[in-house]
Amino acid sequence: MELVVATTIGGLTAAGVYLILRLRAFPVILGLTLLTYAVNVFVFATGRLAVGVPPVLNDAASAYTDPLPQALVLTAIVISFGMTAVLVLIALGAALETGDDKVDLTETPRGEGDT
Amino acid sequence: MVSGSGLLAVMVLLPFIGALVPGLMIRAGRDACATFTAVPTLLALVFLGVLAPEVMQGGTVTARIEWLPMLGLNANFFLDGLGLLFAGMILGMGLLITLYARFYLSGDDPMGQFYTYLLLFQGAMLGISVSDNILMLLVFWELTSLSSFLLIGYWKHLPEGRQGARMALTVTGAGGLAMIAGMLILGNIVGSYDLSVILQHGDEIRASEYYLPALILILLGAFTKSAQFPFHFWLPHAMAAPTPVSAYLHSATMVKAGVFLMARMWPALAGTDAWFYIVSTVGLVTMVLGALIALFKDDLKALLAFSTVSHLGLLTMLLGFGTPMAATVAVFHILNHLTFKAALFMSAGIVDHEAHTRDIKRLGGLASLMPATALIAVVAALSMAGIPPLNGFMSKELMLEEAAHTNWWGGEWPIIILATTGALLSVAYSFRFIGHTFFGPVRDDYPHHPHDPPTGMLLAPAFLSAMVVLIGLFPMVFAGPIVDVASAAVTGGRAEHVHLKLWHGVTPALFMSIIAVAGGAFLLWLHRPLDRAWQRTPRPEAKAMFDSVVARTVLGARWLIESTHNGAISRYLAIFVVATVLLGFAAFQGGGTPEPTREMLPVPPLVGVGFVLTMLATLATVFAHRNRFRTLILVSVVGLMVSAGFVYLSAPDLALTQISVDTVTVMLMLLALHFLPKYTPLESPLSMRIRDGVIAVIAGAAVASLAYSFLLTDISPISDYHLANSYKGGGGTNVVNVILVDFRGYDTYGEIVVLGIAGLTLYALMEALLNGPASRRLRNWTFPPDRSRDRHPLMMVVATRVMMPIAALVGVYIFLRGHNLPGGGFVSGLVISIALLMQYMASGFAWTQERKRFEYHAMIGWGVIIAGLTGAGAWLAGAPFLTSAFGYFTIPPFEEFELATAMLFDLGVFLTVLGAVMLMLYSLSRMARYAGETVNLEPMDYDPSRRVDAAIEADKKDEA
Repeated sequence: MELVVATTIGGLTAAGVYLILRLRAFPVILGLTLLTYAVNVFVFATGRLAVGVPPVLNDAASAYTDPLPQALVLTAIVISFGMTAVLVLIALGAALETGDDKVDLTETPRGEGDT
Repeated sequence: MVSGSGLLAVMVLLPFIGALVPGLMIRAGRDACATFTAVPTLLALVFLGVLAPEVMQGGTVTARIEWLPMLGLNANFFLDGLGLLFAGMILGMGLLITLYARFYLSGDDPMGQFYTYLLLFQGAMLGISVSDNILMLLVFWELTSLSSFLLIGYWKHLPEGRQGARMALTVTGAGGLAMIAGMLILGNIVGSYDLSVILQHGDEIRASEYYLPALILILLGAFTKSAQFPFHFWLPHAMAAPTPVSAYLHSATMVKAGVFLMARMWPALAGTDAWFYIVSTVGLVTMVLGALIALFKDDLKALLAFSTVSHLGLLTMLLGFGTPMAATVAVFHILNHLTFKAALFMSAGIVDHEAHTRDIKRLGGLASLMPATALIAVVAALSMAGIPPLNGFMSKELMLEEAAHTNWWGGEWPIIILATTGALLSVAYSFRFIGHTFFGPVRDDYPHHPHDPPTGMLLAPAFLSAMVVLIGLFPMVFAGPIVDVASAAVTGGRAEHVHLKLWHGVTPALFMSIIAVAGGAFLLWLHRPLDRAWQRTPRPEAKAMFDSVVARTVLGARWLIESTHNGAISRYLAIFVVATVLLGFAAFQGGGTPEPTREMLPVPPLVGVGFVLTMLATLATVFAHRNRFRTLILVSVVGLMVSAGFVYLSAPDLALTQISVDTVTVMLMLLALHFLPKYTPLESPLSMRIRDGVIAVIAGAAVASLAYSFLLTDISPISDYHLANSYKGGGGTNVVNVILVDFRGYDTYGEIVVLGIAGLTLYALMEALLNGPASRRLRNWTFPPDRSRDRHPLMMVVATRVMMPIAALVGVYIFLRGHNLPGGGFVSGLVISIALLMQYMASGFAWTQERKRFEYHAMIGWGVIIAGLTGAGAWLAGAPFLTSAFGYFTIPPFEEFELATAMLFDLGVFLTVLGAVMLMLYSLSRMARYAGETVNLEPMDYDPSRRVDAAIEADKKDEA
């Protein structure tokens, strides 16, 4: 199971990194989403994996999962949503003002873009 | 009654507070401006006078203000003999300079600025002299560099002024940085950043293995500040400053900060071979070299500048000797140098002011034209040359006496010869200053006919020259006591009481003195041929070297920036990823991989399927990413699988949140994609894609191996505490939720504020966008011809209407159970916002908008306020912010139930999440209106309860 989780984290990271290195905003945002999954699972996994262990206190249980990483990841999920939303809007704004959603400024300034 | 310690702290603050005044008072005229600059200085001087008696009796005055005690950074001040001497010099000179500058500055110069900078500098200098905390001292140290930068560059229109200011800041600033490192090492050795503690631990410091690095770093700071060879070159260029600044900063106070620091640190650092050889050698070289260059300078101020360099070298050398007596002589000479050098600078300023030149070759014979100035300057210059009965004579004699029995590089002779040479050159340039400026024939080609300036301008230098004579004649009255306490402070009480007198009997120093005076006069006689020879000799030009170093640094920095920071975010991200991987790799090398201590958990077949699905979806995302709709669906598959993973791995809260957030995110992206290109064009060349692929795979492998290695080792988590206290302290059995709303409530509070801000940012951005060029593009928007004509399908409208109350009920349920079972404010906020969003999707933006009762902005605000007030409510109970309270209540006919303040907090979270999410999507959907979407009056396009032809008519109207 550990190997599966580690591979998942690695695969998501690799895909995310590849996508954020693209030249258009949309793949970059999707890449960030994948990276977010990877990081969230990574942080969650720092509490070590547990299957079938109760996360809620009860008298019958002998062991619990580690709640702290879960709480951290929960806030991380919500925050990354907020961040994604802002990024999407920025990309949208750039696309509407210039006509495409390139992320780089290396080329000569594009035409004012009323195409 | 203010206690002594209070006075001390206020004294340091006074110049800073006073610095605000001149800028305002300049409107009331130049006299008022100067007067009000003098007030804080005078007041500080009075305070110092009140504190002085205690110090003069051998005590110290301390003021302790705790600032950041965890960092060892406290606003501690102490006033001992050395501090008293320097504080007195700084404030006294400050007063004289204020007076002098009033007459020196012309009507065109912005005087308010000048005085403000001057007071800032004075405050910083005062801070250095009485700081008891070395971190505070460093702050003041840098402040002197900054304020000196402002003062040197005061005449902004002069390129020399700007360049000189920049050079001074670069050199002293770089030295200051080195010193910070040295001081931190020192503080680390002793375990305290308090100077008074550090000075007690001299033996410990000298025995430490970090002594040498600390010493070198601190000396770098002191040498750059005090213009010691090879950092002496900035001081002459700083002479582009107005003369009052040169007199104040570059002869009397700031350049002595380095000497002060060496004196201050003397008990802690001095007494080793390293100290002796570094400090005395640098001092000696600086002394001789500075004096030599001074002899051949034609600019009066440049001559004085190099003479200052030389005298600072002398002081450094004396401190370097490391004997208590030499330190005492240094203290005495600090005082003497202040009196004669400041008087000389002011005289040079007067000459410049009156004759409109300070070129010695164009001057001469001024004694009969401006007798008062000449008298002042001659007295001061003779003291500089070391002619009895002036104060310079006494300190020079004492210096030569010390030099005469110091064993340096294997004997006493080298130092005797070099010290005598220094003194000899000093006599020569002093005589040249007098002889070629004031004596000789009166000329008729001065740029401006000179005469004595107004009395106000003469007062300050006259006072200083009087001090030169008085200290010379009655040393024990005017200098003895203060030199006594100051040198006791420098040496940690090891110095004997001083007996300053003019006549020391026939000693080796007397012979050396006689040789120096005679030789100096002879050199001056030979000056003309020597000068020609000197001009022909090639010499390294410090400014050119400095400029080329700066230019090369700029080139290097520009190359670095332009090759990394070229505006391509993909490049930054690639550099960032590669650097992170490399750092991680280095860290791995350092620590090694721990041995596995956990058994691997088995992988049931279902999980295996999920894993394969995740990987396939991820791979497909990468390879199909150019078709954006398809990628979005693939990414949501990944999101679903991750949520399923959370369920399997006992994290139901995360699964709930992940699913709802993913739903909202996909909706958001779909909305955005409506106005974005639908396909990503193939732009990057194959080589770049391969490069990115390699980077990505390496990064992924690195993260995977890191995760794998820590997953197999055990840790001792801190969450045992949370598990144990969740029910007892937080009143909830869902530990994750209790952590969010109680243990780490602060985090959550911050987080909802961020989320609220993100929502508002989106709203504001959209507002700006729709008023910009984008709105024109939107108005001309053409939709693809294949888009659905059934915009508000009947089925969807009905389904979402039915779902709405159910979803709301689920939301409330999730919210209420959150404290004890998986759920909570976050999830329920998201669930309800999804239910609402469905309405928008089904019946259109405007239709839904009209039925909205609450403003989303207000919802965010109320959410934050409720959460904040709940947290603050804990104060009423005398507990810290966000401490929760709970209790169990029974209201028939219900069962016993729990009420916790945490629930109220969670309500705030709920409202903020709901408000923020809705505001974000609301902002995005507004775009559609601009793109010409029509507003439907009915909830759905085809309403079966209405006649068919009416619907067709509506449809026609829609198309028109």
